[in-house]
Amino acid sequence: MTQTLVEVADLAVEFPVDGADAYVRAVDKVSFTLEEGRALGIVGESGSGKSTVAAALLGLHRGTGARLSGTVRVGGTDVAAATPAALRRLRGGTAAMVFQDPLSSLDPYLAIGDQIAEVHRIHSGASRRAARARAVRVLDRVGIADAARRSRARPHEFSGGMRQRALIAMALACDPRLLIADEPTTALDVTVQAQILDLLHGLREERGLGLLLVTHDVGVAAESVDELLVMRDGSALERGPVASVLAAPAEAYTRALLAAVPRLDGPRASRSLPGPAPDSSAAPVVEAVELRREFGRRGRRVAAVAGVSLAVRAGETLGIVGESGSGKSTLGRMLVGLVQPDSGLVRHGGAPATGITSGVQMVFQDPVSSLNPRRSIGESIADPLRAAGERDEAALRARVGELLERVGLEAGHYDRYPHEFSGGQRQRVGIARALAPRPRLIVCDEPVSALDVTTQAQVTALLAQLQRESGIALVFIAHDLAVVRQVSDRVAVMRAGRIVEEGPVDQVYDRPVHPYTRRLLAAVPGLDPEQAAQRRSSRQEALATA
Amino acid sequence: MTRFVLKRTGGALLVLLALSVIVYSLFYLAPGDPARLACGERCNPQQIAQVREQLGLNESTVAQYLHFLQGLVAGRDHSAGAGLVLHCDAPCLGLSYQTDQQVTDLILTRLPATLSLALGALAIWLLVGVGTGVLSALRRGGITERLLTVLTLAGTGTPVFILGLLLLMAVCAYLQWLPFPTYVPLTEDPEQWAWNLLLPWLTLGLFESAKYARITRSSTLETLAEDHIRTFRAYGVGERALVTRHAVRGAVAPVIALSAVDFGTMIGGAVLTESLFGIPGLGKTLIDAVRVVDLPVVVGVVLAIGTAVVVAGAVADLLYAAADRRVALA
Repeated sequence: MTQTLVEVADLAVEFPVDGADAYVRAVDKVSFTLEEGRALGIVGESGSGKSTVAAALLGLHRGTGARLSGTVRVGGTDVAAATPAALRRLRGGTAAMVFQDPLSSLDPYLAIGDQIAEVHRIHSGASRRAARARAVRVLDRVGIADAARRSRARPHEFSGGMRQRALIAMALACDPRLLIADEPTTALDVTVQAQILDLLHGLREERGLGLLLVTHDVGVAAESVDELLVMRDGSALERGPVASVLAAPAEAYTRALLAAVPRLDGPRASRSLPGPAPDSSAAPVVEAVELRREFGRRGRRVAAVAGVSLAVRAGETLGIVGESGSGKSTLGRMLVGLVQPDSGLVRHGGAPATGITSGVQMVFQDPVSSLNPRRSIGESIADPLRAAGERDEAALRARVGELLERVGLEAGHYDRYPHEFSGGQRQRVGIARALAPRPRLIVCDEPVSALDVTTQAQVTALLAQLQRESGIALVFIAHDLAVVRQVSDRVAVMRAGRIVEEGPVDQVYDRPVHPYTRRLLAAVPGLDPEQAAQRRSSRQEALATA
Repeated sequence: MTRFVLKRTGGALLVLLALSVIVYSLFYLAPGDPARLACGERCNPQQIAQVREQLGLNESTVAQYLHFLQGLVAGRDHSAGAGLVLHCDAPCLGLSYQTDQQVTDLILTRLPATLSLALGALAIWLLVGVGTGVLSALRRGGITERLLTVLTLAGTGTPVFILGLLLLMAVCAYLQWLPFPTYVPLTEDPEQWAWNLLLPWLTLGLFESAKYARITRSSTLETLAEDHIRTFRAYGVGERALVTRHAVRGAVAPVIALSAVDFGTMIGGAVLTESLFGIPGLGKTLIDAVRVVDLPVVVGVVLAIGTAVVVAGAVADLLYAAADRRVALA
């Protein structure tokens, strides 16, 4: 009989809101247990309360004004009743947390090795020198090359993947029995994500650690845990072995959540609907010829885009995938005219493009920061129309109202402000703004990567529908291979400023030619836990042969 | 690093050149006849004209300025009347209209007193100001913090000469713990130097401390809300270590930046404190020179202050880059 590591019973967490005695319930009667050495995944969309549960395990709500009820026992310690000293022993010593967004999760002023040593000393009472040596050992264990030297680096000198490894090293430094990982791979590229998940998996096998993995990505959970807990609006909806929850979800919400997850092997529903077939005889809407753009000062110049040619026709969607730094965003900006190429040429409808035109529009990644918070969304949508010379207020309002309805909002929303909308709704506003001047091409730069899967599915469906209705051309830039597969007719794979492979979606995804494409595809988490182990070993082989 | 020094030096020379032009221009717009003032009450018009000739005031403004630059780079000769010629080596800031003393010498004799005052005050505001700020951050929400907030507000609201006067009256007149301060150079008697400067240091230091306490407290609290603090809290790091080892670093940048400006200003701007405690510093020299339209002294002291501000700024940038490795020197 294994020992119970985590025992949560009827946990409820309430946060105070502006009013004096008003509370909002973030977690509602959640119960679960986790045995020693087992792994539990908590999945749910943003606002489902999954991170709040994780924080409650370490008593991190203490002193924040939040109200907790129910019991939380971790490694035999009653978190609610623990003395401050017992709580500090629990934090890190028994259960260590691996945080999300690794850039801001480490102290920017201190060397990484010193930060790990500090945490280790608290729990072991080791000497300064011994703690420092321990920090180097754990950094080495998580795969930081030349750990002794790199331990003296500051967080900004590490890449995103290395910072995530450093955070895992910090957790290991205290020899905990439980790892709590809160979205440990959300900010990372797929190949790096796969490496981090493999690392967590290896550590569990090696040390018999328990793992509580909090994530919005069902695929990430499928690869890494034994059991799954699905949360929605603060409640636990469904819990069971990962294979059975994924294969036969009991709850309608779980089924909807799973259906919305873009998959590499699922049906490409949005593309199979009838629509005007891309006309291959007409001149392309946008054409790029040998585009090149460098950044940086003399001596340290880096070519973000190093000679890219492509063409997109009316009614067609070209997907561009690549990891961070591959130059895909710079390419998108050059197509729109926001960035001028150093050499090469962009043609719009056969004629050389001059600056920004109303015929080519852009939808940005972050729907929060790409809308002016101090102007109503109606004014924001009307901006491109005003820029195109429209002055009649009544006509503007009518056109904006029409656009709002087309993207699934209401005409009456004209005078509302961005903060009154959800993330998905704000992205709809962004799309309406791009549609306003009746463009022939819209370049979407990571339009859904900040959204939950269900919202993602709605937004991609909207883009497909708008394309069918108006025959516009789309360039869809994303790091998520599954999303790109779902929305695109053709796909271009970018790496280090070049397109390494381009072709129809089925061809590129089913019969990839370039080794880089194959590596990207092998790194995408799937929804089948049984395949995960298989892919994990094939990745290790690929790494060994590389 | 070489690049940084070269760039900063070039920038500093431009700033100082501009400063000298501005002071010269202002001087010719200002009322008052330097020759009459230099000659004294009993001079007749003839003598005044003679003095004017000697001082080179008959030349055009531009020519006078070019002479000044020439003296700065190569040195120059001054006629002191009766065929006497005084040579002034480069860098020559000219001779005082009033005393014929070389301005460079004048500044060098006054600078130690000013530096003594400013460095001591700097030490006090860093110690007391930053210390108070950290203490407020540690005891946030408690009675200690509220008490400190009241004190710092009172400190900010009290004019510096009132604070100095109160200290002087309390310590020297009422309690008689110290004699009334007179300036003793460090080279003469270090112990007397420190005792005599104690009250001026406290006056300036405490006055500035209030500002530093507020900045330290707010920057520390701001950092305390950042994500990396949550990381260390989740690893069992205690509240005190969170504040003193991690959060307080957020205050380093603003405290350094502000200290540089304040220190630079204090080289010429601590007139009130210097006058109150009888310290023969640059601020007092400048005010006296302005009163009698002693152009070379005014220009010289202003340039000295300018140099101090520029150097303090460069040192601040170096310290800042050392404290936060993300900052690149440029």
